[in-house]
Formats: sequence, structure tokens, C-alpha cells
Amino acid sequence: MEKTGIVGYGAYVPKLRIKAETIADVWGQDAGRIINGLGITEKAVPNKDEDTTTIAVQIGKNALLRAGINPKDIGAVYVGSESHPYAVKPTSTIVAEALGVGTDYTAADTEFACKAGSAAIQMVMGLAGSKMIKFGLAIGADTAQGAPGDPLEYSAAAGGAGFIVGKDKKQFIATLNDTFSYSTDTPDFWRRPKADYPSHGGRFTGGPAYVRHVAGATNGLMDKTGTTVKDYDYVVFHMPNGKFPLAMAKKLDVPKEKLMPGFVVDKIGNTYSGCSLLGLAATLDCAKPGDKILVTSYGSGAGSDSFSITVNDLIDKKRNLAPTTEDYIKDKQYITYPTYAKYRGKIV
Amino acid sequence: MHKANVPMAWRRFKSKYNLVGTKCTKCNSSFYPPRLICPKCRREGKIEEFEFKGTGKIVSYTIIRSGPDGFEKQTPYPIAIVELDEGARVTGQIVDYEDSDLAIGKKVAPVFRKVYESGKEGIIHYGIKFKPEN
Amino acid sequence: MAERVAVIGVGLTKFGELWTKGIRDLAIEAGAKAMEDANMNSKDIDAMYVGNMSAGRFAGQEHLNALIADQTGLNIPSTRVEGACASGSLAVREGMFSILAGQHDIVLVGGAEKMSDVSTAQATTGLMGAADEEWEGFHGLTFPGLYALMAKKHMHDFGTTREQLAAPAIKNHHNAIMNPIAQFPFEITTEKVINATMVADPLTLLDCSPISDGAAAIILARESVARKYTDTPVFIGGTGLSTDALALHDRRTLTALDAAVRASKRAYEMAGVTAKDIQVAEVHDCFTIAEIMAVEDLGFFKKGEGGKATMDGETQIGGKISVNTSGGLKGAGHPVGATGIKQAAEIVMQLRGDIGKRQVSGAEIGLTHNVGGSGATAVVNIFKR
Repeated sequence: MEKTGIVGYGAYVPKLRIKAETIADVWGQDAGRIINGLGITEKAVPNKDEDTTTIAVQIGKNALLRAGINPKDIGAVYVGSESHPYAVKPTSTIVAEALGVGTDYTAADTEFACKAGSAAIQMVMGLAGSKMIKFGLAIGADTAQGAPGDPLEYSAAAGGAGFIVGKDKKQFIATLNDTFSYSTDTPDFWRRPKADYPSHGGRFTGGPAYVRHVAGATNGLMDKTGTTVKDYDYVVFHMPNGKFPLAMAKKLDVPKEKLMPGFVVDKIGNTYSGCSLLGLAATLDCAKPGDKILVTSYGSGAGSDSFSITVNDLIDKKRNLAPTTEDYIKDKQYITYPTYAKYRGKIV
Repeated sequence: MHKANVPMAWRRFKSKYNLVGTKCTKCNSSFYPPRLICPKCRREGKIEEFEFKGTGKIVSYTIIRSGPDGFEKQTPYPIAIVELDEGARVTGQIVDYEDSDLAIGKKVAPVFRKVYESGKEGIIHYGIKFKPEN
Repeated sequence: MAERVAVIGVGLTKFGELWTKGIRDLAIEAGAKAMEDANMNSKDIDAMYVGNMSAGRFAGQEHLNALIADQTGLNIPSTRVEGACASGSLAVREGMFSILAGQHDIVLVGGAEKMSDVSTAQATTGLMGAADEEWEGFHGLTFPGLYALMAKKHMHDFGTTREQLAAPAIKNHHNAIMNPIAQFPFEITTEKVINATMVADPLTLLDCSPISDGAAAIILARESVARKYTDTPVFIGGTGLSTDALALHDRRTLTALDAAVRASKRAYEMAGVTAKDIQVAEVHDCFTIAEIMAVEDLGFFKKGEGGKATMDGETQIGGKISVNTSGGLKGAGHPVGATGIKQAAEIVMQLRGDIGKRQVSGAEIGLTHNVGGSGATAVVNIFKR
């Protein structure tokens, strides 16, 4: 198996935001308490004409801008999401058509709650590493759903990131050193067919779910690679809210500053399948050559994928070829709850 | 009623997902939507596929308050005629705008968006819209 | 041209929401009235031309040429003509040409549209069939939207004001009061137009012509035959037809309809007149901006001054040129296929001098301006006493 690396990456966050206090007002809740409790001040929501497909296309375009490769050299396209616009009919082929990938590629949509995107990265690592393809595109994107009045309504957000993975070291913006996964059958969060909104286990989503799996994969990766937290300059943990990743960092003795470059949840919310990938993209936006990054995703149901990544010299040349995550986070427009409800199909 | 059936929509994906038009290599005129015959050179013209960058400026705009079938729930939405940098003019919606962005002469860039759905159970139609460029 | 073609009879149904009448009822009523007006029997008719845009969409009925001939009790040559909202005037031309070609002596030209049987959204969507479906309709553009794009640009380029934009609607509603077939025979004010429900900025509901049912018919005859039926034949002195890009974005300009300019040049040339000679005109005011552009495109006023001229009263009855004495599409209604024929009937009655209260005194030369879609088809016909 050859070592693979990231040859291009792209992020996208919709322009619209709703403030936590706007939502709290509607339900008569204490905004201060919510913001403090969840660690989220506002979240990104899709415009009325945005869905996982349109978000994934923009991500793919940005990744191609940085990769500078011919889209026809992409041999695999995977889009991970829990809000694919079709129940049957792949998002990935629409994305590939819009990106001009041609016809000689394999594709599938993946679903594993919030880690469908990181699973897609592992899939293209395997295909590129085994020389079955030259480049693979893995995207995690979501327009996450939160039931009206549910705590999830404060966090379920839209956005994502994607990575073009190749096997030619000269093209690596960052090397994918290794990956490790930790999976169990843990129903902490789910959505049955035809249900509009997901259900969740409340506090059960913490200890036996998020904590166990993120720690399991992160420790497993460090064991496998013989590394410790000290070896990493930056760490990204999946961000279902602004509290869990900070608690995880504390538990694993990760200094908070290592988390901060990729810590986007407080400003845009949890972008589900896009979340940890967006954290990685934001980290790459400010990392220096030689920096090491540890990323651990989390998907309910449940599992975590952990990655060890080393940033290469190319980062300085590639970073500014497409908008950064921060560019998207800064470009925002606030909407009211009725507009939000209309756009998210809660009333029509 | 006007909603494209599946094959009608499918055969235009290439030109709808990106601004893929045509160009007459004899007189260098570019066309979007694609034309099969150059109106200037006619039989002497030579038509080739040509992809536009998609950046341009607003020639005129309006805000649709009463939408046709498939767009009823999208109102209000601005729609503009955009002159692309390469010369052709195209109709498209303006998205992610501030009110002050709706102005003749405003620079815009292309974005890939959902245009309409053929009902709850039909296919989703995607296409190019424009967002203001600062 | 060796011999001229005359209009010897006109017939109109009421325009509006005519719940008890279908398209065949309307067409027959208009045809019968035209024959009565011409003092003739249906046996005298040699051929028929039927203008209709969209009976297939609005009533599920195609094959109107045979249907209308059959319902008239005739088995004569009958042809349906379609050019969106200009279908009626196209039918007039075809009828005229068939006489000039020596094929027929007397031809009935009718136009009909039944639009109120479908919902407003369906009617709006159906009308968009006259625009470029794949590249305009696809994006959610509507007909008010298309004309709003022109209005916005006209205001931007020439300083046409919101008040000026309202002027044609106010004048046409006023004229409609004097027209017994009109859909909207009541006065409106600038304030009402401006404060009406916004449809497509800057156009409000009162800038738009309505969805209407109705039919109109005229009877054409070669000059030598015409005199047998009437002492007041009105002749078609000239006709012009031009086309342009179907999609507005493909046109040279948004502030003029080049097809209308070209069609009018041809018609003026053929009739041996100029814009200055026209005393009364029915123009295609599907939207207020359309009338402003029409009076410019036809050469009545300089480009950019149509709004001001209308507001100054230059196009009211008895003004510099009387425009849309019938109430136009805005005041009288716009049953699409019937509109071009109704325009012809209005001008014929004006030139005969028997139109009643809205008579333009001494009218001898009149014109119709009928537009298909957002300007892809334009027909200008000139009538003379």
C-alpha cells in the first residue's frame, strides 16, 4: 500500500446564519444559558436553493482550484451526508457531472451520521493507495436537520469540506500518514425512513457515544503510530457542539490552543458529515509546512475515524487558490426564525 | 406544466450545470445558451463547444413576486440578465445578495444551485445562478 | 399591389372571465357578429384563418382550424395560425395574402382564447411557452418578469419615472369605460397603480394586462367584392412582420423591440405613409412599459420619451396620436389569440367613424401593433379609409 496525501482541499459554508438567541426567543428559552451550555452563538443555514449537492459542488470546485489537476483524472467520487437530497439516486454523480469528472469514475454516497465524510476519505485513501485510481474526491457535506424546539435546532448546521487524495508525493499538500477507526453498535442518534427529523438519546450521546468512540479512535491511532498528543501541532475533534470537543481535549491532555484553528462550531454550528472535515480544512488554512495534525471524526451509531496528517511545503502555494474556511465564516447574513422555518421546509 | 420531463432536463445537464455554450471559431463570437449555427457566419461558421468563466455584470434585473409552477414557494427571488465577460448574455437568478447588490452594472460570479423541483417526488433541477462579487 | 384587400365586417365578444362560454362558443359568436356586420351569410365565406396561441394548454383542445369551421357549418379551407400573442395579426396577414394570391375573394379571420378555465399559475406558466422555455422559463422567469427587466432598463437608461410608467394604464382604463366589450371599464389612478400588489419589480398588478377570455373576427374581401357589401370598406394599406431572438437576453437591446421597429418600417413603406400620418393606433400594451416602448418603436415619439409623452396626454383620445382607444390589452382585456383581431376591429370602426363615444374625429389612417412573446414576433398592420 502506497502512502497517500491530500492534493487539494475545499470548504464551503452557506452565507445565511441564524443566531442562537433568535431561536431561543421563539421557544421562550434563556439564550444566555443555551449559548453557554452548547458553546454555539450562531449557526450556518442553507439558502432556499442550497442542499447537500450544491454545497458539495462548491466544495469540489474549491478543491479542484487548489489541486490544479484535470478533473477527468479523478477516478472516485464519494459524498458523505445524512441529508442527501434523494433517498435513491446518488448525490455523487451530480457532483461529478458538475465538476466535469467525465465518465470513467466510480461513485457512491456514504451515510454514517456525522462521519460519512471521513469514511469517504478512508475509501479514496484505499483506492489511491492500491493504485486503483489516480485521484479520489471525498466530500462531507450536510444540511443538517433539527426538530423545531429540540436542542439540536441550535446546532444542526449546513456546510462541509472535501479532499482530493492522490498517491504522487510531489503533489501532496499534506501527507495522510495513517488512519484508525473505532466502531460499535451504539444507537445514540438516528433517523428512521420518512421521518423529517432525527431522534437522539439526550445525555446518552455523551459518555457511551461521543467520548468512548473519539477517545477510542484517537488513542488507537496514537498507539498504532507510536505517537503522543505532544507530537501533534493541531488537533481536530468532531464538534457536535462547542462543549464536547473541549471536554475531550481536556480528557486527552490536548492544550486548547491546538484545537482552536479548527474550532469552527461556535460560529457556524455542527455541519454533521462536514464538521470534522471543515475543522481540518480550517486547520490547513493556517498550518505551516512540517506541522502535524490529528483529526478524529465521530458518527453516531457509532464510530470514529482518526487520521494522522503531516503538512508539506506545497501548502503555502495552494492555500490561497480558493476561499478559506474563514472567508466563508466571515461572509454572513442573518435571517429571522420565520425565514429560517420557511427555507428549511418547516412550514411549507 | 412547463416543468421539464426527465429526458428534456437530462440532455441539457452539461450546459445547465456549467456555462457550457458554443463559439464560432471563424468570427470568434461566443454563445450561451449554445447555438448550433453562427448567426453572423451561418454556413461558413465553425461552431465549437466553449465554456464561459461565468463572471459578468447585471444588465437588468427584477424581483419575481408571483412565481410560475415549481417556483411558487421560492418567491420573492431576483432574476437578472447577466452579460458574461466573454460577451454572451444569460438569464439567471441572483442569490446571496444584499439589497444594494441589485443594481445595473453590478459584478456577479456563478454559483451552482437548485433551480426547482418537479414536485416532492420528481427530480431536482440544478443550474447556474449568480452571486454578487465584491 | 394590383388590388387592395378591405375589411368589410367586424365582430367581437365581451372580453373578461366568461364562465359560461368555451372557446368554440366564443369563436362562433365573434364570427357570427362579423358576418352580421358585413351583411352576409356564412355561405359567402371562401376560407378561414384562426389565430390562437394555446388552446392545447388552456383547454386541452388543438385542431382549432377544423373545429371552428365545423361549428360555423362550413367545410371550407381553414388554417390555424400561431405566433404567441401576435397570433391574431399573423392570421390577418395570412388571410390578406390568400386574397392577394388570387385564391379567395372573402376570408373570415378570427382569433380566440379561453384562459380562465385554468388556474392563474397554469395560465402564467402556459404564457411562458411564448418565451424561451429552456433558458428563461427554467430559471423561474415569468412574463411580467420579462417586461420588468425591460422596464428597469428603460428607467435606468432614459430616466422614465414610476409615475410615467403608470400613465398608459390610467389612460387605457379611462378609454375602456367607452368600450362595451372591455374587461375593466373603470378609472384607476397613479396612486392605485403604484400601490397595487407588486408582481415583478417595478411592475405592479395594475401595470399588467389581465388573463381574459374572448374572441374577435373580421371579414376580409378583395376590393372589387367589398363594395357589394359595404359603403365604408377599410383597406389594409400595409403590413409588416419581423422576428427576433426568442429569449430577451439574446436581443440587441432591452429598451426597444427591434422586431416592432422593423415590422413598422416595412408596413409604413408598403402603405406609403410615415409615423406622422397615423392618427389612431392600437398597440400591444400587455404591460405598461410595452406601450411606452411601442409608441417609441413605431416612431410616434423619440426613444426614451414615450413615458413622458403618455403622461403629458399626447396619446389620449384627441391627443397628438390616439393610442389604444379600445382600452388596449390593459383596459379591454387580453385573450391572447383574439387580441390582434380586436385591434384590427377597433381601427376599422375608428376609420368607419361608427365607434361612438371614443371616436377619434376625422380618423383616416390607423395602425395595429401586435407583439408575440417578449418581442420575438411583431406585426404592424396599417389601415386606410
